[in-house]
Amino acid sequence: MTFSLRFRAAVVSIALFAAFLGIWHLATRSTATTTAMSPEYAKLMGLTATQGKSAMPGPLDVGVKLWEHLKQPFYDNGPNDKGLGIQLGYSIGRVGLGYLLAVIVAIPLGFLIGMSPLMSKALDPFIQVLKPISPLAWMPLALYTIKDSSISAIFVIFICSVWPMLLNTAFGVAAVRKEWINVARTLEVGTVRRAFTVILPAAAPTILTGMRISIGIAWLVIVAAEMLVGGTGIGYFVWNEWNNLSITNVIIAILLIGVVGMLLDQILARFTRMVTFPE
Amino acid sequence: MMDKFISIEAIAKRYPGASGGEVAVFENLWLSMARGEFGCVIGHSGCGKTTVLNILAGLDEPSEGAVIVDGQAIEGTSLDRAVIFQSHALLPWRTVLGNVAYAVTSKWRNWDRARVKAHAQKFIDLVGLTGAEHKRPSELSGGMKQRVGIARALSITPKIMLMDEPFSALDALTRGTLQDEVRRICLETGQTAFMITHDVDEAIYLADKIFLMTNGPGAVLAEIVENPLPKDRGRIDLHRHPLYYALRNHIVDFLVSRSKTFTATTPDHDPRNVPTVRPGLSEPTIVSAPSLVEANSTQKIAR
Repeated sequence: MTFSLRFRAAVVSIALFAAFLGIWHLATRSTATTTAMSPEYAKLMGLTATQGKSAMPGPLDVGVKLWEHLKQPFYDNGPNDKGLGIQLGYSIGRVGLGYLLAVIVAIPLGFLIGMSPLMSKALDPFIQVLKPISPLAWMPLALYTIKDSSISAIFVIFICSVWPMLLNTAFGVAAVRKEWINVARTLEVGTVRRAFTVILPAAAPTILTGMRISIGIAWLVIVAAEMLVGGTGIGYFVWNEWNNLSITNVIIAILLIGVVGMLLDQILARFTRMVTFPE
Repeated sequence: MMDKFISIEAIAKRYPGASGGEVAVFENLWLSMARGEFGCVIGHSGCGKTTVLNILAGLDEPSEGAVIVDGQAIEGTSLDRAVIFQSHALLPWRTVLGNVAYAVTSKWRNWDRARVKAHAQKFIDLVGLTGAEHKRPSELSGGMKQRVGIARALSITPKIMLMDEPFSALDALTRGTLQDEVRRICLETGQTAFMITHDVDEAIYLADKIFLMTNGPGAVLAEIVENPLPKDRGRIDLHRHPLYYALRNHIVDFLVSRSKTFTATTPDHDPRNVPTVRPGLSEPTIVSAPSLVEANSTQKIAR
């Protein structure tokens, strides 16, 4: 009897996850010998010294802590103690804003580059030089000119998401099939109507692919940017918990960053499927 | 000569050559057609047939010369000249109705939705696609796609229909059906049509005039062959007509040998006054490859 591929894949996934948790649990359980000490001294030393507890949290510790966070995602006890929901909200907000600005700039500019060979050639050297710059290298310049750390983070998101969108839009627009353009030409369709009724739908899958790459990069960069600018956001949370030596919270944050990144990617993947046309 | 509805006057098309100079695909080409005529251009690949059609459509510009349609020199593309593309060129993200409606709204910008839909539907029905309006091109067979292309071209009620090997990508059976459709529609509507083809039988069946072009580069319009077969010819008994083989052999001969040697053997060819040929019984016809032709009574008459 054979099960569907989907089912078998799910079984293997669960088995791998269980094995991972098992190994993790075994690797972090209390094994070291404990030394006898006075109870007052033990209080000061913490579990690692008194019970041979590993400094690395086990899966159960993380699970318990995660449940605590999930029960109360939006509490706010001052600048250094906010719920994970709030921190993620700040990060998603910054990514969303920077990303939206990038869309507004990159798509019209990509259209221009794609439709005009002159602009394509003229702007190419700038793009080639600016594209490989690490977005974080802009940070000091942004902080100096903008003088607001939160807006600087948004700018960094903008600058890192703009390139894939710009290049994909330009490529998609330039690669629209000549015959479709000719159809529009023989029907005396004006430039603006042609851009919206022929070029945009024809280039949409390529543009959306660029947008999907961009959101991935933006989500990678926001964590690093927030570690630098501080204050709020999931990146700041990671760094703050590292300073608190709460490895449990760091692991939880890593997990959530992955989950949110996956969700953002899935949303864009769905949009891409919506505009993709079979030929 | 009748009135010149389409008049191609002394057009040339040159491209920059590999070694600096210019290569002329054709030079000083003259061609005219009357209103309601069906013209077919036959020639080997590279003779510039498609370039002529693109110039006529306004998609390409001649390096020299002009094209006059209905008394006016053409400038760019126009809704008066509809093109049926070889690759059908349907917009894949639109349905059948959407593709035709796109052309309709391009011509009549202020029509409301219902009117556009009704008009588009009329032409979808005309090409026999009733019931497939909401399918996307990817769900259609090659023949059906080309039917949509025809419906789209007809829906803007053009003065001229331009067809660039519209049926070459189709199987023989579908091609035959579509030729019937195009012939029926053109006869019914008195449409002027200009078509490029490789298929001699297609030209004989559809065209009133067949333009023979020599090989490029430096191609010339060698001859205009007037189709001697009656207007009401049918596909089924076309090949039984006494003049069929005379006509067919004349064209095939041209394609096989004369298209290569024409320029060398006819130095005094005047591109402005291209000879018109009407193959008939009296003309001696060379059947260079008898094995190609089935032996039957009509062939004897043709000889």
